[in-house]
Amino acid sequence: MAKMTKEEVIEVAHLARLAITDEEAEHFADQLEAITNAMELLNELDTENVEPTTHVLQMVNVLREDKSIPGLDRELVLKNVKEHEGGQVKVPTILE
Amino acid sequence: MSLVEKTAAQLQEMIHTKETTIAEMTQKAFDRIEALEPKVDAFLALNKERATQQAAEMDRVPFADRGPLFGLPIGVKDNIVTEGLETTASSRILEGFNPIYNATVVEKLREAGMVTIGKMNMDEFAMGSSNENSYYKKTKNPWNLETVPGGSSGGSAAAVAAGEVPFTLGSDTGGSIRQPAAFCGVVGMKPTYGRVSRFGLIAYASSLDQIGPITRTVKDNALLLNAISGYDDKDSTSANVEVPDFAAALTGDITGLRIGVPKEYFAEGVGEAAKQAVHDALKVLEERGAICEEISLPHSKYALATYYLLASSEASSNLSRFDGIRYGYRTEKAGNLLEFYMNTRSEGFGDEVKRRIMLGTYALSSGYYEAYYKKAQKVRTLIKKDFDDAFEKYDVIIGPTTPTPAFKIGEIIDDPLTMYANDILTIPVNLAGVPAISIPCGFDNGLPLGLQIIGKYFDEETVYRVADVFEQATEFHKKTPQTWEGAAQ
Repeated sequence: MAKMTKEEVIEVAHLARLAITDEEAEHFADQLEAITNAMELLNELDTENVEPTTHVLQMVNVLREDKSIPGLDRELVLKNVKEHEGGQVKVPTILE
Repeated sequence: MSLVEKTAAQLQEMIHTKETTIAEMTQKAFDRIEALEPKVDAFLALNKERATQQAAEMDRVPFADRGPLFGLPIGVKDNIVTEGLETTASSRILEGFNPIYNATVVEKLREAGMVTIGKMNMDEFAMGSSNENSYYKKTKNPWNLETVPGGSSGGSAAAVAAGEVPFTLGSDTGGSIRQPAAFCGVVGMKPTYGRVSRFGLIAYASSLDQIGPITRTVKDNALLLNAISGYDDKDSTSANVEVPDFAAALTGDITGLRIGVPKEYFAEGVGEAAKQAVHDALKVLEERGAICEEISLPHSKYALATYYLLASSEASSNLSRFDGIRYGYRTEKAGNLLEFYMNTRSEGFGDEVKRRIMLGTYALSSGYYEAYYKKAQKVRTLIKKDFDDAFEKYDVIIGPTTPTPAFKIGEIIDDPLTMYANDILTIPVNLAGVPAISIPCGFDNGLPLGLQIIGKYFDEETVYRVADVFEQATEFHKKTPQTWEGAAQ
């Protein structure tokens, strides 16, 4: 498996929507390289015929009756919004 | 008259005999918190006004309508949402966030009549093993204020150890209840995955996260788990199974109980003191009729890598919701929407959270998905099978909770891999989803050590029964840390 380079850290940070300086990228690359190296241990195991586990319990789809129920109150929902106007959330310009 | 060091039953007795009232007990909790917080730093938001009012009203409720936890004070980990009480998960990105509803467990505490005293400090988004990753403060270990309380539920464990509150809730994704419970010399239970509703628990790794109780005694722990357990249709992974009376399981009888002792839990890296304390504990259980045998959980050494790949992947997805738009911290430096997202998240998250988001994003990205994420899911199957095989022959599995006692603040914070290694003995349990408790079983240089008792799926009863037998036979849970000296009672 490949190791994480500084360029990859910058790419991954962008995908994860994290602003990152060159200096930080270098620091994280060192740490993440050590971490991904440690993860290589798993390659010792032959898992060719092993099924993956996504969940430990027997999971079944949880369905409910197709009935409308009241959602959260608009006033309450806006309580934690930093900027809003006329019941709408304000964000910076999307289109230049 | 002191209210600290008392069990739920003793506190109820004191209320019944009018030695104290719920109002007085609540006031005394806040007095002790005020006296000890400058040293311990376990609490974030305090719920003083509402708790005081609630306590006064509760004193008027007839005794016949009260349960075993009625009127007793509790602290709630800060990743569990509490209506109208600031909830941050110890992150800057949720600074000032005031939830508009309660987590299911908080509703259940209310139904049990418990008084929420405040919110407990933690590692940011439950990522960490020392509480040093909190944006707000570093909680100290009440046994030695220069050492960490463990994490991520460090505030929850430290507050119980310091006698600030007799009960707290924590959450455990890779050891976050059991490791701090071990470091602080208290009782911490991670229930079976699905036993307790996760609705209102701020998600870190959804397939591993579970809420559980931290207390001074096993009996109190069982009482609190009774109160918070049960199916919840608001959590699609909640298990629709019967909830037994956990406190009734403490029969004191472990005759013929079969204990598996995994040799991998005594491997390199596990300290001599921890090994010795567990061996001594096993002797105590053998004297009371249990049968101990060495077993193997052969995939234990792969658990750490498996966990960090899966938990980080789930975290990178879960934490994408924090974008500064609907709640929480917002950057002031943004020309357009993309900059707004990126700056908000960079300024709002701490380094460990960023590391895990990046690791998870990497493990899930095309080209690496099969090699990392899918591989880890397959190894998870093997780790789970280790437990399934062992539980065909044994009733419980016992080992140390952590390789060492609490370490010094600042000692390993810049070395993620060494920090992660703290959880090598607790992580396999989360990957398998089985229940496990940590109880005090000894000391190393004045710092507590924890005994980990792991049970079968939905068999918390046996885990509690064994833990209670050990507690009744020993005195470790009666020791008190240095912070108690001269503190308000």
